[in-house]
Amino acid sequence: MPHPLLSVEDVSKTYDGFKAITNLNFYLYEGELRTVIGPNGAGKSTFFDLITGRAKPDTGKLDFGTDPLTSQDLTRLNEFEINRLGIGRKFQTPSVYTEHSVWDNLVLSLKGPRGVFASLFHRLSSTDRDRLDAILRTVRLDAKRSWKAGLLAHGEKQWLEIGMLLAQDPKVLLVDEPAAGMTDDETDRTGELLLSLAGKHSLIVIEHDMAFVKQIARNGEVTVLHQGTVLCEGKFDEVQSNPKVREVYLGRGKHGTR
Amino acid sequence: MSSSGSSPAVRRLELIVVAVVAVLLIVVLPLLNAQGLISNFTLSLWGKYLCYALLAISVDLLWGYTGLLSLGQALFFTLGGYMHGMYLMRMIGELGQYKKPIPDFLVFLGWERLPAFWEPFSSFPFALAMVFLVPGLLAYVFGFLAFRSRIKGVYFSILTQALTYAASIMFFRNNLLLGGNNGFTDFKFILGHSLADPATSRALYIASAVTLLLAYLFCRWLSRTKFGLVQQAIRDGENRVLFSGYATMHFKLFIFVVAALIAAVGGALYTPQVGIINPGEMQADKSLEAVVWVAVGGRGTLLGPILGAISINALKSWATRAYPDLWLIILGGLFILVVLFLPGGLVSIPARLKALWKKLRREPEPPPASSTQPAQPVSAKS
Repeated sequence: MPHPLLSVEDVSKTYDGFKAITNLNFYLYEGELRTVIGPNGAGKSTFFDLITGRAKPDTGKLDFGTDPLTSQDLTRLNEFEINRLGIGRKFQTPSVYTEHSVWDNLVLSLKGPRGVFASLFHRLSSTDRDRLDAILRTVRLDAKRSWKAGLLAHGEKQWLEIGMLLAQDPKVLLVDEPAAGMTDDETDRTGELLLSLAGKHSLIVIEHDMAFVKQIARNGEVTVLHQGTVLCEGKFDEVQSNPKVREVYLGRGKHGTR
Repeated sequence: MSSSGSSPAVRRLELIVVAVVAVLLIVVLPLLNAQGLISNFTLSLWGKYLCYALLAISVDLLWGYTGLLSLGQALFFTLGGYMHGMYLMRMIGELGQYKKPIPDFLVFLGWERLPAFWEPFSSFPFALAMVFLVPGLLAYVFGFLAFRSRIKGVYFSILTQALTYAASIMFFRNNLLLGGNNGFTDFKFILGHSLADPATSRALYIASAVTLLLAYLFCRWLSRTKFGLVQQAIRDGENRVLFSGYATMHFKLFIFVVAALIAAVGGALYTPQVGIINPGEMQADKSLEAVVWVAVGGRGTLLGPILGAISINALKSWATRAYPDLWLIILGGLFILVVLFLPGGLVSIPARLKALWKKLRREPEPPPASSTQPAQPVSAKS
């Protein structure tokens, strides 16, 4: 068994007495696409907050890196340091720079030096331009590159943010409800895009839409969160037929119809 | 709102307008003054407006471009003014009321000799260095503490307002040995030239106009760099910037110091032209007034704050003589009108008229942003 890329061990986080995450154990391996599901309040977004440094765990360990000798303790780093290690995050509500053009949104996300002085004298190389062109085609915003991002449709903003994530070229992509607000066609394409990224990148995708989960989890595993801890893990079909999952997640218990 | 979003044609037009206005302000106005067609009083009044325009740019760099509403920028302006003022006080020599080699207020306070920290201010280069160092250092320390603690939004505004208020209380005290509530005045010479000589005033005016042009060009360049993009991205969504690997604190700190320096230079040029600098200039309302100039001129643009500072101060010069009791009501009313009916400020008027004209002629709407390729209004689905 290889060493996991991301290890979350015995992590707990409490907000004003509310246990958002309780003794969570989670391992992500290189190249994996993991889908995380769970009812509202299961701690899915808090889980991402803890990985990306937005929140610090009360107890537990968060380690990043496949080599135990050089792996990084994420609890000691802040948001931008964690991002620089190669962990990119897409937020639940699309978060793009509304006053900037689509192109500039990607320029800002492009992997490269992030310092003040590097930014003052930064110039795009032709390789950079080619990469951004390729990303624009991937997220199908080629024709709207000079549009103000604020004028894009909701689904397009979601795609732009995915494009921004791709421009960062992270090792791990944390994707929070990418299909929210998309048409069926767009959802399907988003799923295929995420699947095509697995292997080169590692992904954790939080999702509610079960048809979408079924699509993206066809090769990988599904983790079910419930009350801040892992309820079960496995293939989509196993998880779906697990009686515990049906009880808490579908909320219908043995009277359920699915 | 951001200049990075405006089209190349608009930007070229802006540059032409700036070139014409710069020639008018830097060459034509002083020439007319030398010919006696514009009074010395009017020219020094314009010199004051241009110094205020530097303060307005400083406010806009933070508020319009970075989303940091500083309500204390006049503090850095005044500190720059004080640092230059200390040099000017030393240049009075023994020509003061008491005919002593130290400034009058020190004689009045019972000092026989110059306090040690005043000594080096006899040197112009030293004073000039202090014009940058003192406000810059204060901005660095304050900004470091505020941004490290992630103080944002209204809390940041309140802190900056508190800072300038606290500083004004400190400067009002006589035992700070900086002239108490009278501050510094009665200046006689600058670099060996008499301040009473119209040629000196003219030179100071030209220096102000040139400095303003340089500040404008610097900000124009800055707004087009990747730094400028990050700055405006912080304004529109700081979290996204943070989660994209940028230490936003460093960017905010850098721009806060740069803005303080621009304000400080404005203050340094203001002191000899107005002939007085006192703690009144760093009182809380002065910084608020500068915010109004920016709002009225056009926040988040480069020309807006300059236009706002000049037009409102010109209006003030007229109104405080014609209707002294009504000035604050006029200012407040103007602010409300702009916020309600012209959120883009004075600089947005041409674009609004153009849009109205197009509407009247029923021309089709242009694509939402500048584009070298035809942008399609509907999503390109395959």
